[in-house]
Amino acid sequence: MDTITDIMQTMSYGPAPEDSGVVRDWLKKHEAGFGHFIDGAFTAPGETFDVMNPATEEVIAKVSQGTAADVDAAVKAARSAQKDWAALPGHERAKYLYALARHIQQHARFLAVLETIDNGKPIRESRDIDVPLVVRHFYHHAGWAEILADEFPGARAHGVCGQVIPWNFPLLMLAWKVAPALAAGNTVVLKPAEYTPLTALALAEIVREIGLPKGVFNIVTGDGETGAAITGHPGIDKVAFTGSTEVGRLIRRQTAGTGKGLTLELGGKSPFIVFADADLDAAVEGVVDSIWFNQGQVCCAGSRILVAEAAAKRFEELLRRRMQTLVIGDPLEKSTDVGAIVHPVQLERIRSLVEQGRAEGVTIHQGEAPAGCFYPPTLATEVEPASILSSEEIFGPVVTLTSFRTPEDGVALANNTRYGLAASIWSENINLAIDVAAKVKAGVVWINCANLFDAGAGFGGYRESGFGREGGREGMGAYLAHPAPKAKRPEEKPGTLSATPVAEMAASAIDRTAKLYVGGKQARPDSGYSYGVSGAKGAVGLAGLGNRKDVRNAVEAAHKAGGWGAQTGHNRAQVLYYLAENLSARAAEFEDRLKSFGQGGDAAKAEVATAIRRIFWYAAQADKFDGAVHQTKSAHVTLAMHEPLGVLGIACPTALPLLGFVSLVLPAIAMGNRVVAVPSQTHPLAATDLYQVLDTSDVPGGVVNIVTGERDVLARTLAEHDDVDAVWYFGTAAGGRMVEEASSGNLKQTWTEDGAARDWTSSEGQGRSFLSRATQVKNIWVPYGE
Amino acid sequence: MTVESLRAVTVPEATAHAASNHARNPGMKLSPEMFEGHAVNRSAAERRAASLGARRSVKKQWQAAWLLNAIRCIDLTTLAGDDTAERVRRLCAKARRPLAAHIMDGLGISGMTLTTGAVCVYPTMVPHAVKALRGTDIPVASVATGFPAGLMPLKLRLEEIRYAVAEGAAEIDIVITREHVLNGNWSALYDEVSAMREACGEAHLKAILATGDLQTLRNVYSASMIAMQAGADFIKTSTGKEGVNATIPVSLVMVRALRDYLDATGHSVGFKPAGGMRSAKDALNWQFLMKEELGRDWLEPTLFRLGASSMLGDIERQLEHNVTGRYAASSRHALA
Repeated sequence: MDTITDIMQTMSYGPAPEDSGVVRDWLKKHEAGFGHFIDGAFTAPGETFDVMNPATEEVIAKVSQGTAADVDAAVKAARSAQKDWAALPGHERAKYLYALARHIQQHARFLAVLETIDNGKPIRESRDIDVPLVVRHFYHHAGWAEILADEFPGARAHGVCGQVIPWNFPLLMLAWKVAPALAAGNTVVLKPAEYTPLTALALAEIVREIGLPKGVFNIVTGDGETGAAITGHPGIDKVAFTGSTEVGRLIRRQTAGTGKGLTLELGGKSPFIVFADADLDAAVEGVVDSIWFNQGQVCCAGSRILVAEAAAKRFEELLRRRMQTLVIGDPLEKSTDVGAIVHPVQLERIRSLVEQGRAEGVTIHQGEAPAGCFYPPTLATEVEPASILSSEEIFGPVVTLTSFRTPEDGVALANNTRYGLAASIWSENINLAIDVAAKVKAGVVWINCANLFDAGAGFGGYRESGFGREGGREGMGAYLAHPAPKAKRPEEKPGTLSATPVAEMAASAIDRTAKLYVGGKQARPDSGYSYGVSGAKGAVGLAGLGNRKDVRNAVEAAHKAGGWGAQTGHNRAQVLYYLAENLSARAAEFEDRLKSFGQGGDAAKAEVATAIRRIFWYAAQADKFDGAVHQTKSAHVTLAMHEPLGVLGIACPTALPLLGFVSLVLPAIAMGNRVVAVPSQTHPLAATDLYQVLDTSDVPGGVVNIVTGERDVLARTLAEHDDVDAVWYFGTAAGGRMVEEASSGNLKQTWTEDGAARDWTSSEGQGRSFLSRATQVKNIWVPYGE
Repeated sequence: MTVESLRAVTVPEATAHAASNHARNPGMKLSPEMFEGHAVNRSAAERRAASLGARRSVKKQWQAAWLLNAIRCIDLTTLAGDDTAERVRRLCAKARRPLAAHIMDGLGISGMTLTTGAVCVYPTMVPHAVKALRGTDIPVASVATGFPAGLMPLKLRLEEIRYAVAEGAAEIDIVITREHVLNGNWSALYDEVSAMREACGEAHLKAILATGDLQTLRNVYSASMIAMQAGADFIKTSTGKEGVNATIPVSLVMVRALRDYLDATGHSVGFKPAGGMRSAKDALNWQFLMKEELGRDWLEPTLFRLGASSMLGDIERQLEHNVTGRYAASSRHALA
């Protein structure tokens, strides 16, 4: 019996259930089923599906399966509301977002309890973490709405945003998507996950409560098919998706060539690196906050513990002890640490992966979990990088433990993944911690902490964890568009290349052979073929016909030149100024080359002069386009560092063969990227002439690689290449679509535009927007205090 | 559970008294490798501390049981310049009967021998306390060694210990010389505490680290470890007179030091947070800390004490609310 005297023997905690009466009443009121929220009102329920409480496996609501017609209606409502919403002064939008923040705060416990019932997460988390972060996000973005015109001059809203969010943080992910979208003047059609649609529907009621204009915020519930109807809808201007990498890839293909803005926040397999000099107890607690937070169903969860061999034994011992005190069970119980898995389907996935790991010979340590949709906290030891538990995102309370020898070894293991969302680094040595933070491929790095979030910091991944940021200035930028230049006459596909001898070629003093430029060396094309480059009057020379292998070699060479990104901005600037100096010295030669293609004398002079000026401009930016320190939590510096993307493929426009090349390659290398550039297909010789200038200017080999040939063939190889981090394509609409589709393999970032859209000779041809495209933001959290 | 059903609870024999037959910590040689270079990250400790209280919750009879357990662990304390024999006598009366009879009845534990863990006083008050507690198992703890600053000649400090023990103190709460920690003079600290332990004889030694003066958590960890190596039976956070007294982050570091010492030597050492803890909620939070970081054993007065004076009043009010469902007034409870 649980008498006081009994309890004084055991000192057990006993039940402390959160009262769910108010939420139960609300669910009862909606017993007939929920409709969608479109144009400021709930529709009558359509065909419904069941929503269940995973902890009890009882059906708690019926929710409508959104059809194509529902999505149409929602997009239409959003479209008609958008103009007026965007036209409101920022202050007016700010007032709505402020009201939303306040009302969410006033309904805080209602939302927390509903979230816990719907998702299975412990009430402590929904109450102390999820809902407060939601409130913070709306407050923060009320602020952005207020100051938008001042802080982002010239920017405008995308229009209608289609947003598809996951089930792990249903309301928080909604806030991350909706708050910046509305602040920027977009309207929204959002689909919550089919497992967890209820807090979104509750929020719709709150939206109605504050009197948000009709059509600004719309919800269509349903499964993946409904999601696809939203992301594929022609009336959507920007797609934002958080979820699995697999679905992200589908969306990337689906939206290719449509001109829709796209941000993807996808999976992860984030490293949790513990050095021997770390506070091991703190790191153990960090593991709890990483993988035993939200049942491990966290995209940025530190799911791979890498621990220095010198500390491995003690660390494992402490971690295994700590596992024993975790309380697993009823999520509404205030003393619960680990709640229910969101759905039996997910539970089965976790089980199956762990069993596969066990079959591989991995040692599994786990405690007990109640019957039903629960899974015990699990530690897998003696895990090799090849194990399925090391490589696959499990999305459950399962963490692997692997040891490393040296910091270099640790970093190598950390980066041995397709993903790059987050990393957690534990060391009391600031030099070591920041060094590793800089080397790890991840959009968010937590030093001596884990899973900290704030609306003021950017969140988002590298590699196959997606692109785009949410939160902070960088996140706000993702919901704003800049007027895109439009071509009067779109670029046409260049004529077919002929790799046979040309009819006749103008005589030159001594014959010059333009080769490819790979790794700082001139290289003959692997194909052994050349193609004729025509000028005003017949052929003016031959260019190498590059192929897949040349691209492969160029990408390899580019990777070897990784030191370029680690140099100081000042050093890069010096090299670039020198490049301008040397180009200037040979200006006449380049003018002649351009004239040979049929350009007029003035135009040729102007193109070369602009190219030199542009190189100066990017040299100047090399040490100035820097990051920020975000205002997040007290006693934390949150550094938003601009990092190069890595290896960029660049396909240059046909016209302005020198300036087009310089305008795209220079911002990329100024920021520390290495490029594989495909110059103007029709007039590549202006670019190949440049390799001698690159050589004489101390540009390290491999930083700029030039492969001439058929643009779309080479661009496809670059877009498909898993070791290329981004592709910029300036050419035809069909080519742009091809590049976007082909990029879905490793989900590299792409920038595609009509090659004729921009006036490269004007200010359109350069600017900070090029530098933003050339960088990604890494947010590093550094708590302090002794 | 209703009041009636609580009343119906059968009460086994007394569960609660503080007499200690726990094996003492024999100490060991000074071993700096057990603390030098040991990392303590403050912000991580603060995060853990902040979430501890939010991760655990006790309601109804569980809350009552945990609060009663806290009473068993309280070192009911008076350390004021205006202490008198009568004041100490009144305090001891409260220690013997910490809860009003109607609350004990209401909780269904009228048969339980419930006392505080000890009474803690200045050395000159020891004889008054011993007299007032005669016939109980409640030990008298005496502060000593030039409390609170400890800046008296060692000879006099040791003499003060012997005096308090001779007067009947079963536990001596010594203060360490903070200077030794701030200067990293580990051997001086070790020697001093060893000498004090020797002077204690059979009395248990509780080493007050004055963590508010030590400032850094690394200092706290090192001082904890040295005190244990020198044979302290308890380590205690504060005198109650520093600018900052017991905090959860500091306590977290000390209990982890305790655990590391236990892992290394097999000897269990007690923990006593002191100063600044006033509420029933504090009593729960510190017990959650003990249970989560060290386990059930550290909820016994042999290994855990709460150095507090006003906390008991708040616990009593909470327990009365637990019985009646009405919020309580302290005027209805006996003063300490």
